[in-house]
Amino acid sequence: MNSSSDDQGPANPIGKEPVEPAQDQESEASVSADTKVPAIEVNSLSKKYGEIEAVKEVTFQVSQGEVFAFLGPNGAGKSTTIRMLCTLTKPTGGSATVDGFDVQRQPTAVRRRIGLVFQEPTLDQQLTAEENLRFHAVLYRVPRQQVDERIDRVLKLVDLEARRKDLVSTFSGGMARRLEIARGMLHTPAVLFLDEPTIGLDPQTRALMWEDVLRLRTEEGVTIFLTTHYMDEAEYADRIAIIDHGSIVALDTPDELKKMVGSDTVELSTSDNKLAASNLEQLGYKVKLGEESLVVYVENGEQQVTAIIEGSQVPIRNVRVHRPDLDDVFLHFTGREIREGHAERAFPMHFRSFRR
Amino acid sequence: MATANISIGRPGLVDERNHFGFEMRTIEMVWHREIIRFVRTRTRILSSFVQPILFLFVLGYGMTTLVGTTGGFDFKKFVFPGIVSMTVVTTAIFSAISIVWDREFGFLREMLVAPVSRGALVLGKALGGSTIATVQGTIMLVLAPLIGVHLTVMLVVEVILLEALMAFALTTFGVFVASRIQKMEGFQVVMQLVLFPMIFLSGALFPLEGLPSWLAFITRINPLTYAVDPLRHVVFAAQNMPPAAAARFATGVTIFGYLLPLWGEIVIVVAFALIFLVLAISGFGKPD
Ligand SMILES: Nc1ncnc2c1ncn2[C@@H]1O[C@H](COP(=O)(O)OP(=O)(O)OP(=O)(O)O)[C@@H](O)[C@H]1O
Ligand SMILES: [Mg+2]
Repeated sequence: MNSSSDDQGPANPIGKEPVEPAQDQESEASVSADTKVPAIEVNSLSKKYGEIEAVKEVTFQVSQGEVFAFLGPNGAGKSTTIRMLCTLTKPTGGSATVDGFDVQRQPTAVRRRIGLVFQEPTLDQQLTAEENLRFHAVLYRVPRQQVDERIDRVLKLVDLEARRKDLVSTFSGGMARRLEIARGMLHTPAVLFLDEPTIGLDPQTRALMWEDVLRLRTEEGVTIFLTTHYMDEAEYADRIAIIDHGSIVALDTPDELKKMVGSDTVELSTSDNKLAASNLEQLGYKVKLGEESLVVYVENGEQQVTAIIEGSQVPIRNVRVHRPDLDDVFLHFTGREIREGHAERAFPMHFRSFRR
Repeated sequence: MATANISIGRPGLVDERNHFGFEMRTIEMVWHREIIRFVRTRTRILSSFVQPILFLFVLGYGMTTLVGTTGGFDFKKFVFPGIVSMTVVTTAIFSAISIVWDREFGFLREMLVAPVSRGALVLGKALGGSTIATVQGTIMLVLAPLIGVHLTVMLVVEVILLEALMAFALTTFGVFVASRIQKMEGFQVVMQLVLFPMIFLSGALFPLEGLPSWLAFITRINPLTYAVDPLRHVVFAAQNMPPAAAARFATGVTIFGYLLPLWGEIVIVVAFALIFLVLAISGFGKPD
């Protein structure tokens, strides 16, 4: 009744090339979706908490069927943006629509069209997986005769069919998280918001979850808006917005963003990084000075590395050549590394999942 | 049927109307969840009987000497309807604690972000709590033969109806308090400060006449007084009370020398329930 064969395909992102699915499968929904309203349209959206500007005049669009990632460090304003789009927090400026409905003027219509997986867990531990889903089905008015079918389907999607009769309190953190994602999908929302969906998941489960998410997109044509601070994860998205201190500092496909940074980088740590950087800049290299090293952006790192070492004119301690990844992109646009100033990678991931 | 003409979640196909049927389904589901959770926490079921039974026997034996003349009527029989009320009231109020749990465990957000009316959520909660409290109170009736309280089918039906009303009033009150409180400890404190004085000054555990006038005044503004009295009234009416006992333990509440009729008491409880229902709905989920 509601699978991929209908017309929920992604329109081309405005002003962008058609997005390639970040993963293998060809999105069969990616054909023809000309007159579709954008799944999300945001204009100068702002949110102030007293003095703190959590979100500053953010503007972007997400097309139907797109996987769109908000990438940013702690406190960047990711959750605040999601809360505004989900009608849970009133913006202090600007406007936004979700599936064509204004988040401020038509909150109920918006709520009926969205699925939301909060950053914090929101399952009832004392109910079984299935009971949690049934409860959700009623809240979102899933027609009675479709409830069982939908529950079977979403449980299959996240591979939890075998545990459907078990209490959620007996689930591991990763299983609970996947159940939440399944629940977010249960009522086939037009847009699914996932606020740091992979928090507390091990790498294997993270990969599985991404398979789930991308399958949802292809099979159900759902638009997915997610936040993360894992670079590798943002790669799965069709487009990424890098958000820092409440503003979007860059927005494009992962490939384009990497191209903007340069095709390769050579990272040097030297006895005098500042001097090396200015020497290299004089030779016409594009250089960015980090805290303990400097990064040189070049077309072909491996061939250029000797020339760069010579050009720096200072003793070298360490050299590393690598193809750019999103860490570099982040560094490039914010001048900082994303892991600076927060503990995400220093502590085991599951520490965060218990945070209140 | 109401659900036939909509498709789930697809843009443009969603039913925007506020169907009564959907609201009823939500109420039923929230109610159902309360029941499931209650049945799963067996310790809670047991512990909620301990206190009333303790009160029944401690007061039953202890107070007999203090109350003085009982007109040949076992004081345990007097206190029995009060103990039933106490069971109902405590269970009802504490059922609202689930809201505070829901907040702490995040489930409240799942409910609040959903496109459902707060009224349906609150009503479901309140009906769930009332059902549990009514069942608990009714289970207490098994003690009746033990202490010589005579039960008839009619009496049991009347008691259940009055319990349900009392339970509903107190759950809405509990929901109202719980939805304004962020922390578990907060709820406990408020309840200790409000619940126990309310029970003690309601006539549930000892007769209200002969109190100093300021205390008498408090018992008259205590809504619980008007919930307990009808219950005692119907229980006593089914007993063969000696006239001396009937005079000693007269039911009915007098205000300014005017004896309130039974229906008047019930109207007061209904009004209390409705006021707190409205307040609970309007306050539900506001702080976040
Ligand atoms: N309810 C609130 N009251 C006051 N300030 C808030 C509130 N919610 C968020 N903020 C502030 O807004 C800023 C952005 O917070 P937000 O939760 O959106 O960050 P985030 O990008 O989701 O971070 P994280 O990765 O830690 O989840 C922070 O400085 C935060 O302190
Ligand atoms: Mg966040």
